[in-house]
Amino acid sequence: MPGTQTLVNELVTKLKKRRVEGSQETALLTAELLRSVISQLKVPPTNQAETLIEAVKSVGELLVAANPVELAVGNIVRRVLHIIRDEVFSVAISSAGGDDRETAEQNGFRVQTVAAGPPSRSPSLHAILDRTHDSEIAHHSSRAGDSFEGKGKSADRNAESWKLKHDVIRAVNELIEDINSCHEQIAEQSVELIHQKTVREFLCAAKEKRRSFRVFVAEGAPKYQGHALAKDLGARGLQTTVITDSAVFAMISRVNMVVVGVHAVMANGGVIGPVGLNMVALAARKHAVPFVVVAGPHKLCPLYPQNPQVLLNEMRCPSELLQDGEFSDCMGVCNGSGNPLLNVVNPAFDYVPPELVSLFITDMYDHSKC
Amino acid sequence: MQRNGSVLSELFSASQLYHCNKTSPNLLSSLSDNRIRSAHFNNETLIFPPPPSLSNIMDPRRAPRTVSDPKVRKVGFFTDPPDRSLPGPPDHPISSFPTSPPSTVDNSPPSAGNSLSPVMIPPPRHSSSILSRLRRDPAEFFPLPASPTASTSTSFSDDVAWTMKGRGVAAASSSLPGGLLFDIAAIKSAASSVPASGLTTVSAVNNLPIEKGGGVAVEMQDDQSSRSKSLKEKTTKAERRALQEAQRAAKATAKAEDGKTPAAASGAAASVKSGKSLKPPPSQKNDSAALAALEKKAGDRPPEKDRKKEFPQPRMQFDDKSRVEKAKRRAVVKQTEARNRVELFRHLPQYERGTQRTELQSKFFELDPVHPAVYKVGLQYLYGDICGSNARCIAMLQAFQEAIKDYSTPSEKTLARDLTAKIGSYLSFLIECRPLSISMGNAIRFLKNRIAKLPLTLSELEAKATLRSDIDRFINEKIILADKVIVKHAVTKISDGDVLLTYGSPSAVEMVLLHAHELGKQFRVVVVDSRPKLEGQLLLHRLVGKGINCTYTHVNAISYIMHEVTRVFLGASSVLSNGTVYSKVGTACVAMVAHAFRVPVLVCCEAYKFHERVQLDSLCSNELGDPDVISKIHGREDINFLDGSTNSENLQLLNLIYDATPSDYISMIITDYGMVPPTSVPVIVRDYRREHLWI
Repeated sequence: MPGTQTLVNELVTKLKKRRVEGSQETALLTAELLRSVISQLKVPPTNQAETLIEAVKSVGELLVAANPVELAVGNIVRRVLHIIRDEVFSVAISSAGGDDRETAEQNGFRVQTVAAGPPSRSPSLHAILDRTHDSEIAHHSSRAGDSFEGKGKSADRNAESWKLKHDVIRAVNELIEDINSCHEQIAEQSVELIHQKTVREFLCAAKEKRRSFRVFVAEGAPKYQGHALAKDLGARGLQTTVITDSAVFAMISRVNMVVVGVHAVMANGGVIGPVGLNMVALAARKHAVPFVVVAGPHKLCPLYPQNPQVLLNEMRCPSELLQDGEFSDCMGVCNGSGNPLLNVVNPAFDYVPPELVSLFITDMYDHSKC
Repeated sequence: MQRNGSVLSELFSASQLYHCNKTSPNLLSSLSDNRIRSAHFNNETLIFPPPPSLSNIMDPRRAPRTVSDPKVRKVGFFTDPPDRSLPGPPDHPISSFPTSPPSTVDNSPPSAGNSLSPVMIPPPRHSSSILSRLRRDPAEFFPLPASPTASTSTSFSDDVAWTMKGRGVAAASSSLPGGLLFDIAAIKSAASSVPASGLTTVSAVNNLPIEKGGGVAVEMQDDQSSRSKSLKEKTTKAERRALQEAQRAAKATAKAEDGKTPAAASGAAASVKSGKSLKPPPSQKNDSAALAALEKKAGDRPPEKDRKKEFPQPRMQFDDKSRVEKAKRRAVVKQTEARNRVELFRHLPQYERGTQRTELQSKFFELDPVHPAVYKVGLQYLYGDICGSNARCIAMLQAFQEAIKDYSTPSEKTLARDLTAKIGSYLSFLIECRPLSISMGNAIRFLKNRIAKLPLTLSELEAKATLRSDIDRFINEKIILADKVIVKHAVTKISDGDVLLTYGSPSAVEMVLLHAHELGKQFRVVVVDSRPKLEGQLLLHRLVGKGINCTYTHVNAISYIMHEVTRVFLGASSVLSNGTVYSKVGTACVAMVAHAFRVPVLVCCEAYKFHERVQLDSLCSNELGDPDVISKIHGREDINFLDGSTNSENLQLLNLIYDATPSDYISMIITDYGMVPPTSVPVIVRDYRREHLWI
C-alpha cells in the first residue's frame, strides 16, 4: 500500500509543520485519510477486523505523534476504531447463528454498554463522553473477540469480509458528513472570541431564523481569526462589531451571551480553546453572562486534562508579537548567567475550567451506532 | 448645630437686604463698587453674588417665578470681579470705601464660606478650609466652558446643590434656631479682635446696618437669643459686646456710603421695586419658625431647571442632537463625524481622523484665538505623539504657561475674567483634538481656581508671574514629586525573586521598576501588551536596555503567564471615588485574571488624578480611538481581511481607549499619600480638594 503510505506521510508533515490548523480541518483530513487507508487495505481472508484495526491504529499513532496538541486527530482515530468494532460486532451477531460462547459474551457486554448510554438519555456532555469511554472499554474486549473470531473462522465469513470493509467505509463517510455539518441553534447578541466555522454556522443559522441580534467579535490575537470571521459575518448581513481583545471586559457588560468555538472539550468538561478564552470566560462569569461552547463531535476528547496550560499547549512564533527587526539589538543580550534578557511568550491555547462554562452545544451522535 | 445657625443667619440677612434695597437702591451700586458684593437682580430676587450662600438661599426659592430679563440673567453671580450688569467703574480701588479697613475686602469670602459649612461632612477646622471648597466652584465640573454664560450656569448648579442640602438641615432644625445664629455671629466677631473688621466675617452683620432693617435684625436676634437661654450661655459678654460694636461700625459705614454714592441704580432699581412687594417687611419680624416653614415651602417646589442643575452635568452626550448642533456652532474646527458608528457608543464623539488632521493644519493661520504653543500641543495629542495622562497634563500646563506669558489683558477687561475665557477657548480647541483626560480636568480646575483667586492688587505682570509659578509648582509637586513618593512606597513591595507584571506602559510603574533595579533587587518583569498601540514594546525596549530581565507577551496570554507572576503593577488614568480604576483598556482584564489567580494588584496613581465622580461600567464615559487602526495589524500583512471593509454597513470597528476596573480586583492603590486600599479613595479625594486649593 504505497499509495496510502505517501498520503499518511503527507498529512504527518502537514501536521508537524502546522500547516493544517483548526480542529475541524484536521479532523476531516484525518477521517479522509483513514477512509482511504481502509479502502486500500488488502484484507486477508482471516482476521480481517484485527488487520483493519491494527492498520488504523498504526496510522493514528503516527498522526497523533505529529501534533500531540491537536486532540481532534486522536478523537477521529478513536471514532474510526469504534466504527470498525461496531461493524464487526453487528456482522458477528447476524452471521453466527450457532454463536460461540465468546461472541455471546461479547454480545452481552455490548448490550450492557448500550444500556449504559441509552439513546433516550438527555444530550449531556457526559453522556456523549460516556459513549466514547464505552468504546474505549469495548476496545479491549473486542480485541479479544476478534482474535477468537479469527480462530473460529469459517469460509462463510470470507464473503462477509468485503461487506465489513464496505460498511466501515460507509460509516466513516457518515462521520465525515457529521464533521462537515455541525451547527444550529439560536443566539442573541453575543461576543465570541475566534473564528470558528462552527460558530459562524451557528450564528448564520440564527440569522436565518430571523432573530435580531448583533455580534461583537474579538479579534483574537495573535491569529486574528476574528477579523476573517467578522468580515464573513458582515458580508452575510449580520450586524458585526470588531473589538480589540483588551476591550472584552468593557464590552461584556452589554452582551447577552458569549458564544465560542473551541479546540477541544476534555472529559471533565474543561475546554481547550484559543488563547485568551480563559479571560473571556472569567469576564463572562463576573458579569453573569452565559458562556456557551459550540463544539462538533470531533472535539470531544475522552482524556482528562493534567496541567493543560502547559501540557496541552504549544508556543507559537515570537515574531507574531515582535517584529524581527525591532528587537534585534535586545534579542542577543544575555544576563550574567547566560539566560537571555528578553523572553517572548506566545502560547496558542488556553484552558477554561468546567465551572466557567455554562453550556455545551454539540450535535448529537447517531444513536443507532452505539 | 452651629452650622445650622449660620444658614439661618444668612437667611435673615438676605431678607433684610431685600427690605432695605427697595428703599435705597443706590446702596447697591455703592456696594458693587466696593467689590464686597456685586449686586444682581435676577427677576425679582436680589442676589448678592460673592457669598454664594446668599444666592444659594434666595435663588431656589425665587426662581420659579421666572420672567427674567435676559440681559440681567446673563450676569454671573459668583465671581469676584465686578458685576457687568451694573453700570459704573468695574473695578474700584478699595479707597473708595474709606470707612472700612482694607481687610474687609479681603476677608469677605470667609464669611461666605461659613455659610456653607452645614453640608460639610467633617467639621471644618477653620473657615479657610471651607472657603477653599467654595472657591473651586467655578468651572469645576466643567473644564470646558466655552462661554462665560456656560460657566456661570455650571457654577450656579453647584451652588444650588450645596444649598439644597443646607436648607434641609436648616428646616429640620427650625425648633431651636435663633440662639444659634446669634451665637455664631458673636463667635465670629469675637474671633476677630478688632470690632471693625469683625463686621466682615459674617455677611449678616455686614449688611444689616444699611438701613433701619439692621436694627430690626439685631432686635430679632436678641429676641431669639433671649428665648434660648441655654445656648446663649455659651456666648460670653465680651463676645456680645464685640458683636454690637461690629454692628454699630457697619451702620456707620453704611451711612457714610449712602451720602457718597451716585444714584446709579439704573434699570436694576425698577426690578427691585417690582420685586419688593414679594416679601413685605413684617414677615421679617416673624420668628424663625415661620421663616423655616417658609423655607420648607420653598423647598417643596424647587424650580425644575434648578433641580436639573443640582447635579454636576454629565459630559456632553453626542447622541443628543440639539446639543451637538450647538456645540458644532461653537467649534473652532469643523470635524466630520465618522459615518459608521457603533450603536452603543453614539454618546461619545468620534470623528474621521484623516480629515481632522488636514483641516487642523490648514486652519493654522485662521485660528487666531489659539496660542501657537497650545496649537502645537493640540496637534501632538491628535497625532498621538504625547500620550499617557501625566505627559499630556504636563504638556498642556506648559503650553498654558507659554500662553499666559504672552497674554496681555485687553483694555476694559479684567485679567481674571478674560484669561479664564481665553483658557476656556484653548481648552475647547484641545478637546477637539482629543477629549481631556480626568487628570487634565483636575489640572485645569486648579489653574482656573488660581486665576479666580488672584488678588486684585496685583499688576498684570505680577499676576502672570504668580500664575506661571503656580503652574510650575503644580507640575513639580503634584506630578514629579508625587511620582517620587510613589516610587519610594512601591519599591518596598518588591522583593528579590519577584516576578512583576505590568500592562501597557505606565510611567509611574516604569519609574518603580527602574528604581528597584537600581537598588539591586533581583526580579523579573512581565510586560503585557495589547493592540493597537503596542505601548508595551517601548517600555520593553527601555527596560531591556537597562538590563532588566523581561518577558513579553500579549494580553490574551495573560492567564498563561499569570501562573508565574507574584505582583501586578498597574498604572491608572484616574481613580474614581468608588475605588474604580479608570485606565487604559485591558487593565480590567489583567486585574481580573490576577484576582482569579490570587495575585495582588497594585495600582500606582498620583493623587491629582483622583476624581470624585463614580463610574460603574466602561461604556458610559469613555473615549473612542481611531477605528481604522484595528483593521491594520502592524507587521502582519497577511492579515488584511478588514481592509476596505469600513464602508460596509454591517461591519463596524470599535477602538475603546479606557476601561473601568472594579475596585474588588484592586489590592492596593499607591499614591503620594501612601498606600491605601481602594475603599479609602474618597478620603483622599476630599482631603486633596482641601489642600490642593491652597497651594
